[in-house]
Amino acid sequence: MATDVSHGAATAADHAHVALTLVDHLPVLVILVPFMAAPLIVLIGSRGLAWPIAFAASIVSTVVSFLLLMQVIDGSVISYHLGGWAPPLGIEYRVDAANAFVLLLVSGISTVVLPYARTSVAAEVPKRQHTLFYTAYLLCVTGLMGVTVTGDAFNVFVFLEISSLSTYVLIAQGSFRDKRALTASLDYLMMGTIGATFFVIGIGLLYMATGTLNMADIADRIAEQGSNRTVRSAFAFIVVGVGLKVAIYPLHLWLPNAYTFAPSAVTSFLAATATKVAIYVLMRFIFTVFQPGFPFAVNTLFYIIVPFALLAMFAASFIAIFQSDLKRMLAYSSIAQIGYILLGIGFLSETGLTASIVHLFNHGVTKAALFMGVGAFVLRAGGSFYDRLPGLGRSMPLTSAAMVIAGLSLIGVPGTAGFISKWVLVQAALELNWWPIALMIVASSLLAVVYVWRMVEILYLMAPADDKFHVQEAPMSMLIPLWIMALGCIYFGINTDLTMSAATTAAQGLLGEPAVMAGH
Amino acid sequence: MFEEFTWDFIVGHMNYWLFIVLMMTGLYIVVARGNLVKKLVGLNIFQTSVFMLYISMGKITGGTAPIFPTDMKVDPDVIYSNPLPHVLILTAIVVGIATTSLALALIVRIREEYGTIEEAGLLEIESAIARADNKIHGEAMGGRA
Repeated sequence: MATDVSHGAATAADHAHVALTLVDHLPVLVILVPFMAAPLIVLIGSRGLAWPIAFAASIVSTVVSFLLLMQVIDGSVISYHLGGWAPPLGIEYRVDAANAFVLLLVSGISTVVLPYARTSVAAEVPKRQHTLFYTAYLLCVTGLMGVTVTGDAFNVFVFLEISSLSTYVLIAQGSFRDKRALTASLDYLMMGTIGATFFVIGIGLLYMATGTLNMADIADRIAEQGSNRTVRSAFAFIVVGVGLKVAIYPLHLWLPNAYTFAPSAVTSFLAATATKVAIYVLMRFIFTVFQPGFPFAVNTLFYIIVPFALLAMFAASFIAIFQSDLKRMLAYSSIAQIGYILLGIGFLSETGLTASIVHLFNHGVTKAALFMGVGAFVLRAGGSFYDRLPGLGRSMPLTSAAMVIAGLSLIGVPGTAGFISKWVLVQAALELNWWPIALMIVASSLLAVVYVWRMVEILYLMAPADDKFHVQEAPMSMLIPLWIMALGCIYFGINTDLTMSAATTAAQGLLGEPAVMAGH
Repeated sequence: MFEEFTWDFIVGHMNYWLFIVLMMTGLYIVVARGNLVKKLVGLNIFQTSVFMLYISMGKITGGTAPIFPTDMKVDPDVIYSNPLPHVLILTAIVVGIATTSLALALIVRIREEYGTIEEAGLLEIESAIARADNKIHGEAMGGRA
């Protein structure tokens, strides 16, 4: 492009900063590996190689994310200049504790889900689709990680669309089990595109007001010029646009069908990562780009996000109780859990934000385990409707036990990951003296007890169905990932060093505390 | 609040008014039309309106196309339009095409499976399936969907 020529001198001068060793390139490798592996699968075109390539790429990404998190967990920030073009003109990848933590969640979940997917997808998706399935899967991972790692506002949109488009494809793959996956996917496509377009309008308005696309640069210029109508409408468009992807309560309509009809492996991956990444984007824009001091943002959070979060916690949990399909019940429970995360953001305090980030991670692990268990039931019992499941606690003891552990974590029973995040959330509410909200958190957890107990009752206390259909335990390839996640629910409930310190550092980073303070 | 809505303001922002009209037209079609292909056309209009917003903001009064002469001797008096929004919109157009083609593919598959692409018909078929599911699976457990 001819326009870039004028900046040539600036880039040459910046070459001293350009990273040269492999370690310095980690921020881009984390997405480059799955991004290059995806077309590779199509080019090779071999069904046998598709899965190994996807798995290898996913493992590399996980290792890289872990290394990145270890580098930034002390509160430091890595700034990577893509192609050597210095920000704000070039695209910057900016890694701090908040997004390194989300990167680890996405790549980690992807790595654990893949071995599970091999069996589950083989059972639910016809063979001729497998190569393309893993391509779409890797593109989805790439998109989600790209959204997380980038420090450029327009880049967020591009990666958001990469992940969304591949998500629509993945959800539609459920059509071989139930044709309603097609309409679920199209519904999500329509709503997702409207959301993404709102997001682009918001970014366009920000560009009009500030003349830059680099998030840190936008933040500086908004702080300088203060609030004006362009910036306020940009904020509104971005919150609604991303809110559609997050499934904030009234914008959640795409979620139950998409989760219910997608293939089980896709549901476990999406439930654990896609909405979480969208929440991260919301946090990044509210706290880094617009700054908490921006009064319009504070009012939006207090008068719009918090009431809707509370509504989600109760209404969605209540709907979940009356479902007759385990998978759909868990989808509604996801909407309720998103309410807790948004509530933590709405508190606008360090403790609240820490609770949100920890819950983002813990709920990701919990929901991945639960949806994996559902996939195992679908494989062996032929469906996830409650009348398929009675007495499976005896014929599928390992799967059912893992489901119970993850279910306890979903409620927030002490000793599980879910307890930690709800505990911090209640603390955050009490810190602000919002004790009615603290009570509501506990009360809505009681609704979770009802729907999880229903699952336990059906699995263990009810007699098996009359037709005595023979049900085997799920295969090892599904049990091992399921148990990794179930044990994760316990591990992160007992040893909270990694999650709490990363989340605290991330919250401090987002709220703009000096980096020296971090790490305590 | 309304004193700034002078005639000059309204005429001077004509492209933005058109952007809003086009955007709302698109959104209305997505919501109001029953045919999935028509919905998709509405979605396209909605997306295209945003291209207008971006290109409007890149325009500088009196600015010419942002192409440097081949000998790179840039005349400092020449005003160029801002090329960045154009480049961004190039990306957004690609995204829009990908979305449209994927949606059309899904609509073809829906037509194959359901035999209709009218929303009313689809909802009817789906609620019939849901009722049947409920009858088989729901009543057996004393619950409802």
